[in-house]
Amino acid sequence: MTQVAEQEAKRWVGGGVLRKEDPELLTGQARFIDDITVPGMMWISLVRTPVAHANLTRVDVSAALKMPGVVAAFTGQDLASEWASAMPCAWPIADRVLPEENTADPRIADHWPVAKDKVRYSGEIVAVVVADSREHAVDAVEAVEVDYDELPVVTRPEEALADGAPLLHDEFGTNRMYTWGFSAGEVDRIFAEAPVVVKQRYYHPRLIPNAIEPRGVLVAPVSSQGEFTIYSATQIPHILKTLMSLVMGIHEGKIRVIAPDVGGGFGSKLNFYAEEAIAVAVAKRLGVPVKWIEERSENYLATIHGRDVIQDMEVAATEEGKLLATRVKLLADFGAYSQLVTPGIPLLGAWLYHGPYDCQAYGFECTGVYTNKTPTDAYRGAGRPEATYAVERIMDALAKRVGKDTAEIREMNLIQPFTEAKTVASGLAFDSGDYPASFNKAKQLAGYDELRREQAERNPAAAADGRGKLLGIGFSTYIEMCGLAPSQVLAALKYGAGGWDAATIRCHPTGKVTVITGTSPHGQGHVTSWSQITADALGVTPDDVEVLHGDTAVSSWGMDTYGSRSLSVGGTALFKAAEKIRAKAKRIAAHELEVSEDDLEWADGKFQVAGAPDKTKTIPEIAFSAWTAHALPGDEEPGLSATAVWDPPNFTFPAGTHIAVVEVDQETGSVEVVKYVAVDDCGTIINPMIVDGQVHGGVAQGIAEALYEEAVYDDNGVLVTGNMTTYRVPSAAELPSFTLDRTVTPSSTNPMGVKGIGEAGTIAAPAAVVNAVADAVQAVGVGFVDLPVSAERVWRAIQAARGDGHGDVDQLSEGGAQ
Amino acid sequence: MRRITCAVNGVQREAEVEPRQLLVYFLRETLGLTGTNVGCDTSSCGACTVMVDGESVKSCTMLTVQADGTEITTIEGLASNGELHPLQEAFRQHHGLQCGYCTPGMIMAGLGLIQSGAGMSDEEVRLGLEGNLCRCTGYQNIVTAIQDAAGQLRQSANLQGGS
Repeated sequence: MTQVAEQEAKRWVGGGVLRKEDPELLTGQARFIDDITVPGMMWISLVRTPVAHANLTRVDVSAALKMPGVVAAFTGQDLASEWASAMPCAWPIADRVLPEENTADPRIADHWPVAKDKVRYSGEIVAVVVADSREHAVDAVEAVEVDYDELPVVTRPEEALADGAPLLHDEFGTNRMYTWGFSAGEVDRIFAEAPVVVKQRYYHPRLIPNAIEPRGVLVAPVSSQGEFTIYSATQIPHILKTLMSLVMGIHEGKIRVIAPDVGGGFGSKLNFYAEEAIAVAVAKRLGVPVKWIEERSENYLATIHGRDVIQDMEVAATEEGKLLATRVKLLADFGAYSQLVTPGIPLLGAWLYHGPYDCQAYGFECTGVYTNKTPTDAYRGAGRPEATYAVERIMDALAKRVGKDTAEIREMNLIQPFTEAKTVASGLAFDSGDYPASFNKAKQLAGYDELRREQAERNPAAAADGRGKLLGIGFSTYIEMCGLAPSQVLAALKYGAGGWDAATIRCHPTGKVTVITGTSPHGQGHVTSWSQITADALGVTPDDVEVLHGDTAVSSWGMDTYGSRSLSVGGTALFKAAEKIRAKAKRIAAHELEVSEDDLEWADGKFQVAGAPDKTKTIPEIAFSAWTAHALPGDEEPGLSATAVWDPPNFTFPAGTHIAVVEVDQETGSVEVVKYVAVDDCGTIINPMIVDGQVHGGVAQGIAEALYEEAVYDDNGVLVTGNMTTYRVPSAAELPSFTLDRTVTPSSTNPMGVKGIGEAGTIAAPAAVVNAVADAVQAVGVGFVDLPVSAERVWRAIQAARGDGHGDVDQLSEGGAQ
Repeated sequence: MRRITCAVNGVQREAEVEPRQLLVYFLRETLGLTGTNVGCDTSSCGACTVMVDGESVKSCTMLTVQADGTEITTIEGLASNGELHPLQEAFRQHHGLQCGYCTPGMIMAGLGLIQSGAGMSDEEVRLGLEGNLCRCTGYQNIVTAIQDAAGQLRQSANLQGGS
C-alpha cells in the first residue's frame, strides 16, 4: 500500500510517495529476462571472434552439430538470407564541413547480426549454436572451428585517420565516418582578436555501462501464424518492434515485444542488437522458442561502450575573464560499426560547449572514426558529460590564466535568471533557468569560503613536507539538453524517428484507473510517478491507478525511455490525456447536475457547482455513468478513456552546480572524495525521493568515471579490461555519501514545468571531481590531470612535477593551459 | 550425479545434481527460485548472495554439492505472512533500490552483516558491502536502510534475549 506522511488537499505530486514497484522487487517476485522460460525452449550460445580484424576463411560448425544436445548451428552465410536489411542506424550523419551544407552520403557500413566474411572487432559474432540447455550450448561453442586471416588492427582514432591506415570498411576508402560542424556568430574573428585565449586537449575515456543485469532475449514463435513474441531486456520495446520488422522483413503487426522487469540500462539497452535479430531468425528457422542470456564477459565485448572522445577545447575571453566565444573540435572513436544512434551521440552535446555561460560566438566540429573496437553509443549522459567536462575544466584553466578564483570566474559568466525560452550563443533556446541560485546554494552548502581558507593553510605546508593530504575543491556548473525531442528538430538533424510519446487513461466503472504509457522504465519508478500525476489530475489516489508499460501489445504507441525524456515527454502526454478525460467528464457532470459547464469548477479533486459546494461529481462517478451510458448528453460516446500524444515544442534544460571536495594523498596518489554537494534544478518535482535517488546514482556513476573507470585495449584490439575484476565498478566502499539540495525553476517547454533528472549526476560529477583533484595537486606543481584520475596517474603526475623521473612524461607534458 | 538434501526457506529439498552445478543454478533452475540473480561470471557483483547456515554467501562461488545438509535462505524466504522482513521494509522506506536486480543479493549481504554483529557506522557498512555492486542507487540509501533495519532487528533480538 502506498504510504504518505502528510498529504495536503489530495495533492500527490511533490509528495514522498513510496514506490509501488518495490514489493515485487524486494521479495524475488520480479520477472527479469532470465527468470522467464517457456515450454520447449532451446538455448542459443554465440561464437565470437577473439581476433579484432580478420577475413573469415573458414567457419565450420559440423563438429558442434555432433555435440550433446545440439539441435542446430549456423554460420553468418547460413543466416544471410534471413536479413531483409542490415542492422539499423537511426541517426546517419553525413559530412558537413563548415560552413557548407551536407557534402556527401553518410558512410554507415552494413552491420550484419552474424559476420559473413570479415570481422572488425573482438567480440563480433561469427557463428550461432542452438542446444537443449544452457550448458550444452556453451559446450558446443568450443567445437566450432574458425580460421582467421588476420588483418592489421587500428585502435586509435588519430592513427585510423592517417594515410595508409588499415581500413575497417574498404568501400569508403577512409575510416572517417564523418566530419560535422557548425558555428554561430563571428567565432574566428573573436578568437583572432581576443586578449585571452585558453586551449586544452581533454580525453574522455571509453566506458562500459555495466547495468548489473546483463542483456538477454527470448523469442517465442507461433510458426503457423508467422507471429513472434520477443521478450528482451531492453529500454526500447516499441522502437525494437519497428526495427525488427524492417530487419527481418516480418509484418510489424505480427511482432510483439515485451520488456519484462529490466535490471538497469544506462543507455546500454537502448539499441537494436545482433542477438535480438539472431534469436528471431533462429526461432523462425526452427519453429521453437529460443533464449540467449549474455554472460558478463560477453557484455563487456558485445554491449555498446560509451564516450571515447578527444576534445580540443578553447575559449576566448577578456583580460578579466569574461567569456567571448567557445570553440571545440572532437575526435570520437566510434569503434567498428554504427550501432543504433552512434553517430549522433556527440551531437547531443554539440550545442552545450558554452555551458550555462554567456558568450557571443560559438564553434563546434566533430570527426567520428571507425576503429577495431566495440561500437560506442549512448551511455548515461551521452554527449553532455563530454561537453560539461570540457567546459568546466577549461573554466578552471581560464580562471587560472586571468588570476581569478574558480567560483568568481563562474559567477561573472553565468547567464542571469530567465523564465521564458531564451536563445543562447550556440543557437539553442534554453527553457528557463536560475543558474546563480543553484550555484550560490551549492557554495553555501559546501562551506566554500571556509574550505578555501582551510586549503590555504593546509596545502602549502603539506606540499613543502612532501607528505600529507592535499585539499582540492572542484566545481561543475552544468547544463544539459533533455526531453528528447521535438520531432521537427530531429528531422533537421537527420534522425530517423520522431521524439513524441503517448499515454492512454482508461477510467473503469469501478472507479479505478488504468494508465498505459509509451515509456519503458527500468528502475526509474515511472509506475509511482505516473500514478501521482494521474491521482492529482483525476481526484483519485495513487493506489487507484494501475500503470502498464513495456509490452507493445498493451501499449501500442511509445518512444520508450532514454535521454531523461520519460517525464517531460511521456509524463506530459499523460498530463494531456488527463485533461481530455476531465474535459469529457465535465460535459457529462454538467449534464447530470443540470448546470452549464461554465458553472462547474474543478476543486479538491472533483467538479463542484460554483456557489453550491455540496453539488459535486467525481471522476469515478462520471466513469460509472459513462460506462452505463444510460443518460449521456447529446452525441457523447460511452466510456471514459483518452489517449494523448505529446510532441514537445523544445528540449528541456536541467542545470545545477555540483561541488566536489577531495583529499589527495601525495605519497600514494589516491583520491578520496570527502564531500560532495549537488544542487540540481530539474524543474517541477513529482516525487522528491525518486529525484534524489536518480541524483545519487548518477553522481556515483560520474565519480566512478572520474576516478576508476576506463576500458583499455591493447594494440591488437584485445579488450584488456574484459571483466569486472579488471574494469573497476566501484562498490559502496569506494564512494562517499552525497549532500543534495535543489532549486525549482519550472520549464517553459511543458505544462507541468518538468525537466528530467536521469542523467544530471553523471553529466556533472566527472568535471567536479577532476577539477577538485587538479585544484589539490597544483600545490605540488602539477599543471594538468585528466580522466580518470586514478591513484597511479595522480602519483605519476606528482612524481613528474617533482622531477623524480617516474612520471609518464609523454602523457603529461601536453598538459597545462596555454 | 550426486544426491543432496538441504533446507531451502524452511522446506526440505532433495535432488540429484551434477557435481559441477553451481548453487545459484540449483536455486534458480532446479527449484525455480528466480529471485536470486546472476550478474557476472567472476564472483564480483554479489547479485547471487544468499544465506547459508546463517552466513551470507555468493551462490556462484559454491557448488550445489557443498550445500548438502545446509539451511539456505533466499530472498523468497524473508517475508512472512505477507509482511516484508524489516530489512526489506527498510529498503523500501529509504529508496534503497531502483531497478531491483542487485537488491536480493544486497539484502542478503546486509542481513549477513547485521547478523554477524558488525559495527554499523557508515564506513563499516560500506566496507561490509564491498562484495556487492549496485549501478543504480549510488549505495547511500542502501547503507541507510541497513543501518535502520539493524537498529530495529538488534533491538528486537535484545528484547527477546532478555525476556
